[in-house]
Amino acid sequence: MKWGSVLFAAGLLAAAPAFGADVDYAASRIGFTFKQMNVPVEGTFRRFTAQLQFDAAKPDRSRAAVEVDLASIDTGSSDGDDESQHKSWFDVEAFPKATFQSNGVRRLGPDRYEISGTLTIKGHAQDVAVPVTIQRHGGTTMFDGAFTIKRLAFNIGEGVWADTDTVADEVQVRFRIVQRETGAKT
Amino acid sequence: MMNAFPLNATSRYTRTAIGLHWLVAVLILGSFAVGLYMVGLKVSPFKLRLFSYHKWIGVTVFLLALARIVWRWRHRAPALPAAMRPWERIVAHATHMLLYVLLLAVPLTGWLMSSAHGFPVVYFGVIPLPDLVGKNKELAEALETVHYVLNKSLLILVLLHAAAAIKHHYYDHDDVLARMLPGLRPRLTNKEN
Repeated sequence: MKWGSVLFAAGLLAAAPAFGADVDYAASRIGFTFKQMNVPVEGTFRRFTAQLQFDAAKPDRSRAAVEVDLASIDTGSSDGDDESQHKSWFDVEAFPKATFQSNGVRRLGPDRYEISGTLTIKGHAQDVAVPVTIQRHGGTTMFDGAFTIKRLAFNIGEGVWADTDTVADEVQVRFRIVQRETGAKT
Repeated sequence: MMNAFPLNATSRYTRTAIGLHWLVAVLILGSFAVGLYMVGLKVSPFKLRLFSYHKWIGVTVFLLALARIVWRWRHRAPALPAAMRPWERIVAHATHMLLYVLLLAVPLTGWLMSSAHGFPVVYFGVIPLPDLVGKNKELAEALETVHYVLNKSLLILVLLHAAAAIKHHYYDHDDVLARMLPGLRPRLTNKEN
């Protein structure tokens, strides 16, 4: 699993120059919201890598691969940050990364696309369809999207935490990934 | 005020005042115990539930305290026993004033603290309260200290308040406790006997 991820990432990095665009991580963000006792709790992942190859003319030839470092979670409280690393949650020791690998891109409307692919967290793979707004301004492309997953489908929160009255099953994932054409950085 | 029994109106507390007093007493003692207990717990769904209950009780106390202040303002409280010395009257008034201030300030600092931690308060899991301050770690930690100190002050005042009521009942033999505790016989006569 670990080596697979590394090789996969290495392959993407090697391919990156061909895309002619780099992700601007300072401007990019992957966050999530879930409800705890019906209270919305927001968090982010501070470290992730994204490889995006987008061609508006040929959306079906576009690709997206994202890897999230789960240890970089920020839930807003140290209790939450620590707890999420444990076996019953992400089990970061065994599964340090969450990955998304696209297998198809479909145009929904002007600037709107649906990226379908496989989301793998904690060894569980699920097919997801992610609606994304893709906007280009000069050499900058912004990918904005949100989708909802069910944490229990990935075994996130086992045992006592499987009770969805306290921590809801639905988790909304939101992201903005900003890509700048090499040489067009501002 | 169109009250037919003005003397009666000031010799005892209204049923509303008595009801609110004891309801708030039970809620603050319960919330205090829950608050003290929950902070030491290991993270668990139980702990998260207790935090929510604690916040809901706190919001309830805040609202009831507001209601009590409005009620107190519209209905005169019974006069203090004539036998009380001037300094005792000053202490009694000051204690009551401070108790009202803390009944508002303690929940308010808890609410601010929750907001500063980035956790909005959703009353009974249904009504989201506005965040009075933005997420701010330093502020959250400072508010934790303020919330703690105010709670300890409230505890001391409540103990003083209860001790004074008991002293009035058993030592002074006046009706100070009886007028707030229905069913308890005023001991006015005992003194005269």
